[in-house]
Amino acid sequence: MPEKFDCIVVGAGPAGISCAYELAKGGANVLLLERGEYPGSKNVMGGVLYRKMMEDIIPEFHKEAPLERPIVEQRFMMMDKESAVTFGYKGLEWAQEPYNNFTVLRAKFDQWFAGKAVEQGALLVNETVVLECIVENGKVVGVRTDRPDGEVYADVVVLADGVNSLLGKSLGFHKEYRPDEVALATMEIIKLDSKVIEDRFNLEKNQGCTIELLGDATRGILGTGFLYTNKDTLSIGVGTLLSGLIEHKIRPYELLEYVKTHPMVRPYLAGGEPVEYLAHLIPEGGLKSMGRIVADGVLVVGDAAQLVNAIHREGSNLAMTSGRLAAATILEAMSVGDFSERTLDQYRVNLMKSFVGQDMKKYKDSTHHFNKFPQYFDQYIPMVNRAASQMFTVDGKSKWEKQKKIWKDLGSPKEKLKLARDAYRAWKVMK
Amino acid sequence: MEGDEIMSEQKKGQSIEEKQYLVRFNADTKSHLTVMDEDICLTKCPDKICTIFCPAEIYKWENIRMHVGYEGCHECGSCRIGCPHQNIKWEYPKGGHGIVFRLA
Repeated sequence: MPEKFDCIVVGAGPAGISCAYELAKGGANVLLLERGEYPGSKNVMGGVLYRKMMEDIIPEFHKEAPLERPIVEQRFMMMDKESAVTFGYKGLEWAQEPYNNFTVLRAKFDQWFAGKAVEQGALLVNETVVLECIVENGKVVGVRTDRPDGEVYADVVVLADGVNSLLGKSLGFHKEYRPDEVALATMEIIKLDSKVIEDRFNLEKNQGCTIELLGDATRGILGTGFLYTNKDTLSIGVGTLLSGLIEHKIRPYELLEYVKTHPMVRPYLAGGEPVEYLAHLIPEGGLKSMGRIVADGVLVVGDAAQLVNAIHREGSNLAMTSGRLAAATILEAMSVGDFSERTLDQYRVNLMKSFVGQDMKKYKDSTHHFNKFPQYFDQYIPMVNRAASQMFTVDGKSKWEKQKKIWKDLGSPKEKLKLARDAYRAWKVMK
Repeated sequence: MEGDEIMSEQKKGQSIEEKQYLVRFNADTKSHLTVMDEDICLTKCPDKICTIFCPAEIYKWENIRMHVGYEGCHECGSCRIGCPHQNIKWEYPKGGHGIVFRLA
């Protein structure tokens, strides 16, 4: 291993690999460090990968990447204990090129993606933990790894070390996160025959479906459950703010069992065999939790920079775009031979101008808002279920009577006012 | 509804031991998780909340001390962030060690 590289990327997830790929493609000498046995062995996500941001890096990747199913339908279930109000969109335009998104299994996909970066000339070294950044005169000049003689130097270090970015914290870029800034997600992969999946989810061969589960899926705590179709497995999971689990003293794996055995979910999983259990944190604090992402000789990308849009379950696409933009700035810095914060700051500027920064700004208050007012999840979703049941049950009562009953169910005039105010507030944080 | 009630409803469900059995671990001989001050768990933390929110149930309270079954850790980071006394020293396991996800 040469002692000095143009660039060291710490962490081979979507953000790190994207960055390493673009840098190597641009002619830089790149070292990509991964602490796991292979890229993807430490990574977890629900499983939705968006086509556009991946294609910005590798056009027509879908022709060779290990993908599960292109998603043609996205459903939302607002669940109560024994009912659900469901809505969604199914569009066969998503079943054709250029597609919208795909389900993927990360351990397979990340290995493939990292292989593409290696093809471009990046050097991938697995099984290596970066213990700290080497800082000289206030500038990051390399990293110290847990290998013997494990010091490596570079003009720029990119921190793509994920939600538990100990490196960013040790550089003072962000404080330790609070339990209400991260969601703990647990999930299982359930093996099921592909034909059974297609029949059960109303799909043609090689089509996929995602279902987001709200309300009772999280026992009214802020968070969501999810059920996604892979080729011959299902991904079922549930994530809530860590603070919610603490406050309600709920064991996350018991919440997962609750979702799996919920009468609205159970029939989808019937006969399936669990083959893997996974847990991971998601940085959900949004823009307000974002720390510093640029300094002399160092940039931060992906989860390590808190780039997650919790409302739209997007993360890996933000990660890939941030990695790509970081690489573009680094290549420019190389051309002028200046790796100071002043030059590298162009990455931050470009990131904030892109959809990543714009979406982070748009939803900057959303997690905090819904966390502060739990009634959206624990009161209003059951209310919507009761209203639907009332309207759709034919029992000889006139629709006028039913509407009156629904109106009464909304509570006293004071409670109705609160409901209206909450609706307005929700609109304001989401608009 | 609180956790205990879910538990009683969940008797039929899969236990955490069964779930953990689905996962591959390549544990190091040395723990990457350290309870910094045992006394804090004993005297200042009646809830022992880490024994509840840890998704792998690696924290177990045994009489007067916290037992840490680091071998089954998912490296999620929850204990570091969720410990109300910041009493857990959290590091990454040595390169190549720890949990090895095969699928999602």
